[in-house]
Amino acid sequence: MAFAGVAALSSCRLPPALLSASSITKSFEGVSALRHVSFELQAGEVHAIVGENGAGKSTLIKIMTGAERPDAGRLTVAGRDVPHMTPALARGLGIAVIYQQPSLFPDLSVAENVALTLETGGIWRRVRWSERRRHARALLEEVGSTVDPARLAGSLSMPEQQLVEIAKAVGADAKVVIMDEPTASLMDDEVERLFAVIRLLRAQGCGIIYISHRLEEVLAMSDRITVLRDGETIATHGKETLDRPALIQAMVGRTLKETKPRTSVATGDVALELRHLSNRELGLSDVSISVHRGEVLGLAGLVGSGRTELAETLFGLVPSDGGEVLVRGVPVRIGSPLEAIQLGIGYVPEDRRRHGVMLEMSIAENTSLANLGAVSSRGLIDRAAERRLAERHVERLRIKAPSVSTDVGALSGGNQQKVALARWLSIEPGILILDEPTQGVDVGAKAEIHALIHELAERGLAIVMISSDLPEVLSMSDRIAVMHAGTVSGVLDRSEATQDRIMALALERAAATSPTPPASGLGASGSRR
Amino acid sequence: MKNAHAREVAVAAAIGALGLVLAIVAPGYFSAENLRDLFLANLPVLLVAIGMTLVIVAGEIDISVGSVFAICAVVAGVLAKAGMPVWLASAAACLLGALFGSINGALVAYAGIPSIVVTLATMVALRDGLRWTTEGAWVQDLPRTFQWLGLTQAEYPFVAASLTAVLTIAFAWGLRHVAAGRAIYATGSNPDAARLAGLDTAAVKCAVFAIVGTLTGLAAVLNAVRFNQIPSNAGIGLEMKVIAAVVVGGASVAGGRGGVPGTVLGVILLAAIGPALTFLGISAHWERAIQGAIILVAIAAEGIRVSVGGRALVHAKTAQT
Repeated sequence: MAFAGVAALSSCRLPPALLSASSITKSFEGVSALRHVSFELQAGEVHAIVGENGAGKSTLIKIMTGAERPDAGRLTVAGRDVPHMTPALARGLGIAVIYQQPSLFPDLSVAENVALTLETGGIWRRVRWSERRRHARALLEEVGSTVDPARLAGSLSMPEQQLVEIAKAVGADAKVVIMDEPTASLMDDEVERLFAVIRLLRAQGCGIIYISHRLEEVLAMSDRITVLRDGETIATHGKETLDRPALIQAMVGRTLKETKPRTSVATGDVALELRHLSNRELGLSDVSISVHRGEVLGLAGLVGSGRTELAETLFGLVPSDGGEVLVRGVPVRIGSPLEAIQLGIGYVPEDRRRHGVMLEMSIAENTSLANLGAVSSRGLIDRAAERRLAERHVERLRIKAPSVSTDVGALSGGNQQKVALARWLSIEPGILILDEPTQGVDVGAKAEIHALIHELAERGLAIVMISSDLPEVLSMSDRIAVMHAGTVSGVLDRSEATQDRIMALALERAAATSPTPPASGLGASGSRR
Repeated sequence: MKNAHAREVAVAAAIGALGLVLAIVAPGYFSAENLRDLFLANLPVLLVAIGMTLVIVAGEIDISVGSVFAICAVVAGVLAKAGMPVWLASAAACLLGALFGSINGALVAYAGIPSIVVTLATMVALRDGLRWTTEGAWVQDLPRTFQWLGLTQAEYPFVAASLTAVLTIAFAWGLRHVAAGRAIYATGSNPDAARLAGLDTAAVKCAVFAIVGTLTGLAAVLNAVRFNQIPSNAGIGLEMKVIAAVVVGGASVAGGRGGVPGTVLGVILLAAIGPALTFLGISAHWERAIQGAIILVAIAAEGIRVSVGGRALVHAKTAQT
């Protein structure tokens, strides 16, 4: 009773925060993850949490949603103490989380996915399918999605899945919506649509916790920004008091040189040339581009425009079925990844956990995997040589790890990405394909990876860099090829490239600028007719 | 790496504890005759378990080994009866095992059918095919040269043990030091990434099934020569015994983790428990239950390790293109 009285007294001046965490401390096996972190979310605000990877953002979210129990500290929801938060309780209190990778059930329909979290009642209740679909459609419309509720969730694109997640949160009457890197794989117009939904939620009095590495978005969208560094709250600012450099400085604790745009445009020999390449299975048609030695070719386009598919074709995962590939002027056929590797092509894939690194294997084992020949003689692995190879790359890429025998699963995202890169650098490639090389890595690691890409280009590598991050594409590339519907809709020189022109090509509003021959009627090119 | 050794130490400790209890309560367990029987009966189990270790590390499973075991034994016996030299009959059994293994492997690797489905089908098909062909009859009147591989009863254990030891050491060493061994771990750990790294993951999968088949053929021969007749229902339940030993030895059924030393310890622990019950005056009917409990403990330990490590090994399937 006395307790409730105190709580009521303290909250009578201001409306109680929707969610507040005060002096939260948490450590894992003796390693401190959070130290006296405090955070507060008011109704009707977008409150961003920024910080480098490992700063403690994920842990804080886990504590606020009941996935982890804090060692010390106090959690209140709408002014009420919640000493024992659990995921179910968090849901009941109106806290919804939208993760970077939507967590829908791919083999269930959209309506079922929505119903699964929203419907209550016994497990023997009757399912009213038409009711379910109507309800799902109403929620989807509310967040501006036109997806058919009968479609399987697995068939939706990433932004469509995200909107379904948000519709679920709206349906659950969530007061607190936590978004963890929601824009990591979205293109600009999709991001804009997401922002419209966020503004809508804010106008309805929801509080939104927004976590992102994209500082432009953070500055554009947030009302307040809390900076975490090494498990401590550094500061909470209103956005008026912060600009980008100040924000970066607060995050890394030092002034950081941001990526300098490339100045020198190298023009070496043509390392890789594609002539009218097509791949029916992956929906590619008539792709013609070339990359020179020492050049960074940016590959922009919307998600689903065929950029990753082009990389997979080039790397022999799904061999092409038409057109020509020339490596250093020689026509080649790339039928498998091994053949690609033998031609000196390296490919760092997009989703490093799924396709890039082996989490259960050590840094050394991961580094040598594509180049076991170099560390073995007559089929026997020379472990000392393997360690030396790995140590060289750990040093060169500044991978932070206790030793090269550390399991990759124990490293941070940025360091895992560097290990994936190390594997491909160890084959001494002539052509390197990077798919979203900085997705989900923190600003510090991002700048390092950018510097490294430039360094590699200067040493004569031909680099194809796929990225959805337009500022990154613009600052890193010598030329930019833009893809739309399975083909290249235009190639821009760095001097003529702007965000607007790239977007126009990605949406192919400016088809006139690129004299592509008529589509051959294959795969994804149907929309062009 | 540290964790893997932790498992091996734990299993070794369990073996030690069991031995200690037996030494105090039932020293008769350690009679030369009992140990010899135990040893000879479990050499074949160890051979199959080594093959199974490769399959499980590659992220697959083979439950058809019991049926392959029966067919290879019967075929070796029939060939020996028809006058084929015993070594040639043994080689034929190994080849036949390799053939069945390759069929499993090809269906898994190139047709893309889950290994549990493929090997369930071949387990049933081979077992019933054998039953239908032999009409349940046992192979009897084996030539004298077939028994103990034509050796004396005193020589045979030495030869069989040496052969098994050489193979065990070769696989243990090869898995860690040969590039092909690394390819098996990489395939089981992350098949997509392994493929991107230029490894032929389909060939790796096909090969591990062929190896487990070959070793099963050899094991069938080493088992059959101990008796004067070959039952057509040999090897029933062998797959469970073997998979249990591999899992207890620290291999992860999700692939990418495991090793021969752990498997050897797993085989020893599970082999020692059965007869120990008799000596401790517990009904032999408890053997399976206790083996089951040990497997549960081993898998639970794996689960705890994974969740403490905080690794999300299961990723949501998303339609990211």
